[in-house]
Amino acid sequence: MIFGSILPLLLALCLSPLMLGIINKTKAFFAGRQGPPWFQTYYDLRKLLGKDAVYSVTTTWLFRAGPIVGLAAVILATFLVPMGSRPALFGFEGDLVLFAYLLGLMRFFTVLAALDTGSSFEGMGASREVQFSALAEPALFLGLAALAGENHSISLTGVLAGTGPWTWSASGSMVALVLLSFFIVFLAENARIPVDDPNTHLELTMIHEVMVLDHGGPDFAFILYGAALKMWVLGTLLIELAMPVRTGNAWVDTACFLLGMAALAVVVGVVESSMARLRLLRVPQLLVAAGALSALAFIVELI
Amino acid sequence: MLGIIAAEAVWMGSAILSLLSGKSTRWATLSGTGGAVIGCAIAIVPTLKTLLTGHGESATVAWSIPGAAFSVGLDPLSAFFLLPILILGATTAIFGGEYMLAFRSQRKLGYPWFLFNLMLGSMALVVVSRNGLLFLFAWELMTLACAFLVMFEDGKKESREAGLLYLVVTHIGTACLLPFFAMLYVNAGSLEFDVFQGNRAGTGFAFLFLLGLVGFGAKAGLMPFHVWLPEAHPAAPSHVSALMSGAIIKTGIYGLARSFTFFSAPPAWWGWTLVAMGAVSGVMGVLLALAQHDLKRLLAYHSIENIGIISMGLGLGMLGVSHASPVLAVLGFGGGLLHVLNHALFKGLLFLGAGAVNHATGTRDMDRLGGLLRRMPWTGAFFLVAAVAISGLPPLNGFISELLIYSASFGALKNGHLSLPVGGALVIVALALIGGLAAACFAKAFGTVFLGSPRSPQPQPEHAPREHAAMLIPMGALALACVAIGLSAPLLPRLLGPVIGQLTGLPLATASAWPASTDLLLKSLLLMAWAVLLLTGLVTGLRQLLLRKKKITAASTWGCGYALPTVRMQYSSSSFAQPLTTFFRPVLGTRKYLTPRLSPILSPLNSPFPASLAFHSETPDATLEEIYRPASAAIRWSLGFLRWVQHGRIQLYVLYVAFALLALLIWKLGVT
Repeated sequence: MIFGSILPLLLALCLSPLMLGIINKTKAFFAGRQGPPWFQTYYDLRKLLGKDAVYSVTTTWLFRAGPIVGLAAVILATFLVPMGSRPALFGFEGDLVLFAYLLGLMRFFTVLAALDTGSSFEGMGASREVQFSALAEPALFLGLAALAGENHSISLTGVLAGTGPWTWSASGSMVALVLLSFFIVFLAENARIPVDDPNTHLELTMIHEVMVLDHGGPDFAFILYGAALKMWVLGTLLIELAMPVRTGNAWVDTACFLLGMAALAVVVGVVESSMARLRLLRVPQLLVAAGALSALAFIVELI
Repeated sequence: MLGIIAAEAVWMGSAILSLLSGKSTRWATLSGTGGAVIGCAIAIVPTLKTLLTGHGESATVAWSIPGAAFSVGLDPLSAFFLLPILILGATTAIFGGEYMLAFRSQRKLGYPWFLFNLMLGSMALVVVSRNGLLFLFAWELMTLACAFLVMFEDGKKESREAGLLYLVVTHIGTACLLPFFAMLYVNAGSLEFDVFQGNRAGTGFAFLFLLGLVGFGAKAGLMPFHVWLPEAHPAAPSHVSALMSGAIIKTGIYGLARSFTFFSAPPAWWGWTLVAMGAVSGVMGVLLALAQHDLKRLLAYHSIENIGIISMGLGLGMLGVSHASPVLAVLGFGGGLLHVLNHALFKGLLFLGAGAVNHATGTRDMDRLGGLLRRMPWTGAFFLVAAVAISGLPPLNGFISELLIYSASFGALKNGHLSLPVGGALVIVALALIGGLAAACFAKAFGTVFLGSPRSPQPQPEHAPREHAAMLIPMGALALACVAIGLSAPLLPRLLGPVIGQLTGLPLATASAWPASTDLLLKSLLLMAWAVLLLTGLVTGLRQLLLRKKKITAASTWGCGYALPTVRMQYSSSSFAQPLTTFFRPVLGTRKYLTPRLSPILSPLNSPFPASLAFHSETPDATLEEIYRPASAAIRWSLGFLRWVQHGRIQLYVLYVAFALLALLIWKLGVT
């Protein structure tokens, strides 16, 4: 019983770096390459954790605190998300606001750590990050509001684990709209194409990667792992809505959920292989579109 | 009640003592600071007693003015608004004791300390007075004391203009409050607040509500009556700005809340008006804040944003009352009221931090600052606490009050009425947008002022920024309070229950027994707050463990291969906010200026040989530029026709007096 309730957390903590591996394999497949091994992120993490540290003379304690607070916040956010039909480790009415604001706390400290270096490149990344996330926030909240109205709950467990095939048959158009909006938010928040390109080597065009240019060693391992966890928890929102398999057997549901996460990673890989990054001036329009989709979903839910 | 009266006596006594201190800086500071702190310490005892027990006290002394009586009272509502006044009064007085010494060579300090204590005393009197005339008297005293403090540096043109603007806008408010109380008097036959209560709100009260909204909204800084805030807050000395932003604008909210108790069953559109005005103030306030370069101006716009959040909470609470939904009423009022206290704490702290920065560096222009966290580590740390709190991030106090308002609006989604879910969604979107933008704005403010490298030449070593204990202790106390409220969520229903009961007319049992889910929420928040701290500690420990036997090297920041980076290449506050200000340009109206630096001829940037150019951008307040200035010009133009009355000839003035007397005499004789 205790194992059952702690399982979602354990799986998230262990499997989240694998998603990056699947994405990269997919991209390699489309490019006709062999690609890095499936477990490359784990190897990277192990290597980084064993490294020495180099700090810029401009930086203060805040630069060292940034990755720590970021990782702590996203681990706590992982406590709040359910998996399949299994409830989250912690769930209470109102936790979806806490979830969004914990990710906000992570972002706030990442941005401050970036500004602490005094580098114009990192300032640039930080400035873009806060703009895009501020515009993504209303889309996320309106979508959650629509789902909360549908499921009569304002906890992530209630909203996500409470969604089932019946929700699709009862108000499928609403769920589809929210799903589309959340997918855009997912891509923007995790710094993927078409919002940000994680593979670019031109600092001027990067967002998330450029913010963490000066981090190295264990600090960078924390950032990398935190980013993987963030992708996992935001991906959970999508998979719980898109593939609400509710067989009644928690193990089967969990297995289906994990398959869904793998499929999500493949979809992200396909998107990255098939389209280019948007011009930065176009990104806000995309995010406003996500907000409009969420608003539409809310109106559909209302009437 | 005796405690409050004694505190008033201390404040007024120390005000007079400061005025008599003459040239002695020491006496002025000692009597000003000491009186303020002692007064606050005396008054906090009955305030906390009333808040915790829910029992009020009152006292009345006759007054010779018709209709007026010196009646004062302390009930949970008064006590709740007295709390930020007392906390901020004491902390800003201690801070100001050190801060004002910088002006010692230019002027006598007795005069500002006289005004400070007068302001503190009249502010407290506003929230305890129970008579319309006494209330207005205290209200005006507070306004005038505050206006003269804004104009303290009267050698500067912008200080004088800011003080004048403050007087004008706040008197538009007072001009509405006079008929507001007059109509209540006509209705009730007395100016005592106790007699006002229990009016059943109907259509006849619509005008009354609007008068109150303008009258109190002008003081609170709700849009579009906010124009004085961004001018007056930067002009005043920093500890006064902290008190203004933390406490004075809250007396406007207090006035609104107090007038709710005069009416039962308010119509739904009252709540809607507050929600809509709150949403506009919140979003526009934070957007305008993003576009500022002056640290204190930025903070002033954030006050407008937070007043917006408070107003949304109160509006939801009123909607709950008028739709007979106790849960919505309790959560809406609870969130709004808690945000009153929270905002006083973190905004007071932010203004004190800005004051410390200004005191140490002599500038408030963020684009000239940078890297202060190294030289002012404690000020920076306290500022960071307040920045996290005001951005509404867990685990600090700002998050809890915003979460209560979120809960109220998510709860409204489930309501049967069609209109309530729309209102709930409006508040959710506004709060989400405000949350993201406020975090962006404080990342900008903290990042440019305290992080990176200094953007202007460093002061000489003897002038290097120093931190004073008298400035750090008040800031530390406020930071501690922010953390303490963040870690004591489950106690809040007990603190807020009696106040909510008074506002909603619900019995105390309903008002302080919050819905079970909210109770669980508050308990979970406590757990979550500790979990954040614990996890941060664990990850920190892990990092220490990993780096235990490792080599830690210092290097310069990676410049992407460029060998000669200078501090001027850093992102500045304007460049950090540029993507957002450009995106919101249709509502912000940011203007950009390119001026030639060396040659008088402007050769554009895209010419083959562009000249050296200077760039600056500014965001004027559209409300001030588009509404207030044209309106005031029109009034001046129309009054120009009456100018012939004023000609400066004393004989004719005497004739006016004689004619006026004659007319009065005829009227009097004609009547009898």
